[in-house]
Amino acid sequence: MSKSFSVKKYLRPLLLPFCSGCGGITVMSEFLRAANELGYEKLDKFVFCSGIGCSSWIPSPHFVADSVHTLHGRSIPVATGIKLMRPDLHVIVFGGDGDIVGIGLSHFIHAARRNLDILVIMVNNMIYGMTGGQVAPTTPFKAKTTTTPYGSFEYPLDAAKLAVTAGACYVSRWTTAHPKELKDSIKKALRMQGFRFIEAVSQCLTAYGRRAGFKDSWEMLKWFKEKAIPIESAEVMSEKALTGKIVVGEFVRRKRPTLVETIYRTIKEAQK
Amino acid sequence: MKQLRRENIRFWQGNEACAEAAVIAGCKFFAGYPITPASEIAEHLAERLPQVGGVAIQMEDELASIGAAVGASWAGFKAMTATSGPGFDLMQETIGWAFMTETPCVIVDVQRLGPSTGQATKCGQGDVMQSRWGTHGDYSSIVLSPNSVQEMFELTIKAFNLAERYRTPIILLADEIVAHMREKIVIPIAKNMEVINRKKPEPYEKAFFGLQDIPPMPAVGEGFNVAVTGSTHDAYGIRFTADAQEHRQLVERLNNKIQSQAEKLADVETYKIDDCEIGIVSFGCTSRAIYEAVEKAEAKGLKIGYTRLRSIWPFPEKIVRQLTETAKKIIVPEMNLKQIFYEVQRVSNGRADVIPLNKIGGGELITPEELLEKIEESA
Ligand SMILES: Cc1ncc(C[n+]2csc(CCOP(=O)(O)OP(=O)(O)O)c2C)c(N)n1
Ligand code: SF4
Repeated sequence: MSKSFSVKKYLRPLLLPFCSGCGGITVMSEFLRAANELGYEKLDKFVFCSGIGCSSWIPSPHFVADSVHTLHGRSIPVATGIKLMRPDLHVIVFGGDGDIVGIGLSHFIHAARRNLDILVIMVNNMIYGMTGGQVAPTTPFKAKTTTTPYGSFEYPLDAAKLAVTAGACYVSRWTTAHPKELKDSIKKALRMQGFRFIEAVSQCLTAYGRRAGFKDSWEMLKWFKEKAIPIESAEVMSEKALTGKIVVGEFVRRKRPTLVETIYRTIKEAQK
Repeated sequence: MKQLRRENIRFWQGNEACAEAAVIAGCKFFAGYPITPASEIAEHLAERLPQVGGVAIQMEDELASIGAAVGASWAGFKAMTATSGPGFDLMQETIGWAFMTETPCVIVDVQRLGPSTGQATKCGQGDVMQSRWGTHGDYSSIVLSPNSVQEMFELTIKAFNLAERYRTPIILLADEIVAHMREKIVIPIAKNMEVINRKKPEPYEKAFFGLQDIPPMPAVGEGFNVAVTGSTHDAYGIRFTADAQEHRQLVERLNNKIQSQAEKLADVETYKIDDCEIGIVSFGCTSRAIYEAVEKAEAKGLKIGYTRLRSIWPFPEKIVRQLTETAKKIIVPEMNLKQIFYEVQRVSNGRADVIPLNKIGGGELITPEELLEKIEESA
């Protein structure tokens, strides 16, 4: 691990499509740092799948690697086909909250249930960023968005908790104000098998922050820091006390037979 | 397969023939979601694919099924999904994505009677236009239409071969009758069955999405750093969404690689198309009625010919035009409310009088008698 490490060694020389200050850039670089620290000189053992949305541009076509840019919400099924036929490759999914737990929610739950051996990194900016700031399944109650001009009248989904319930082997949530923890969590997940889910709460000043009253991305990061509650503390807090907080940390780490293991065992039996 | 050294006679159901043909064609991945009348394909492959080291999985819906199949194809394997109308609806967006990313895969649509849930277990031929225009944007499809168990077998193998040859999704447009009936079929000797595999890139190649009509296709994990996207992209897979010329070039090539081969892709059975007064254009289960009707019409002294479409899209224009040049009247029997009819009318361009014969409901077939009646009426 050299001090002069630059994420550029993993990137194609293309302009990044993100607004300046976008949290997606942090998630991108922490992933690449994690890969570097784990000793991956190249990303040739990885396949990246993503859907449609700003966050889905993180790997594709920027990473010097195989990247499959799918449709809005459909990255996990495509990752399923790839992983089942090439179990030797690390299949990583990047996507926004709309992509992963909005339009693609059913795939997310079923992949966790099946314990499909992939790592899903969801950039939760609490909004539909790419389409200009519409309400998402993760938007906080009462937040103003372009389609909830009077404030959202719905309660947000806790994707991390859902992943635990559905059967994921590893689940964590961090924010872009916790880059080191996020990176360490990615490293941990990359060394594990089964369905792994990391939720990165992330700032989108352009489509969410401005309308919610934030001046700049720094303010949003400060907000994440202030609202973050370690999961250990959250466990003894009431639901009311937790309203508006961001529970961070490791939600689960466990071993279960993975889909690749059970499918290939079945194939062996069928060939007897 | 040992049993295939000699020609083999089997008594198979259409869906079973389709599944067995997929295995022979080299299919190694199937993903599907249960739906009548296509489920037997999934059930059969769930048993057969693991025996040949392949994967068959039931996904949470048809969106996931076709997505997984496209993923498996990029992993370097032949892949298939099978469904019926409602599931075919759900697959349309991904069919467009597979077209745009030039992903070989086979999509079986065993047609049932819509719209909507309609008469779900009954036969219909209402997805003809959907198989042509189902996804949004400028797109071309290759669609095959079997009319027997034998053809379920043959055209499934052909579908895989075309998918690999043209690097595009192929639709096998079957129907409930053909899928569910049992018939005697002859399985050719293995060495007589052509199996085509996709063109792989040389290690130095980098253009997997252009520079030639059908570029070579790498798989993920082979070190090519392939960038696959449904956005407009250049020959190297890098997205280019601002440049009009880049879009034109890509989408015109994708359509052209299919449309320019229309004549070669035309797969039809013809009978006396150069010497008839009345012609028939037919496809799928409906076309099973033409043989008896023609025999009886000929016994009555009528001069009759037909074109039976084994490929529907690209529409076999040239051969249908030939029929419109000889026949004065052309009957188009279909179990829908006129879908191929308008195509024949367009190709005929006023030369022949194109007469529809349509029947929907209850899965009732157009009988040879009904067809004969129409022939006599037209004579
Ligand atoms: C089927 C379909 N519906 C809608 C869209 C339009 N669309 C593009 S991105 C997007 C949402 C983006 O939000 P998210 O997934 O959270 O990603 P972000 O841009 O916030 O990173 C939507 C609705 C689409 N591309 N496809
Ligand atoms: S709109 Fe939001 S999510 Fe998209 S690039 Fe800009 S800051 Fe990032």
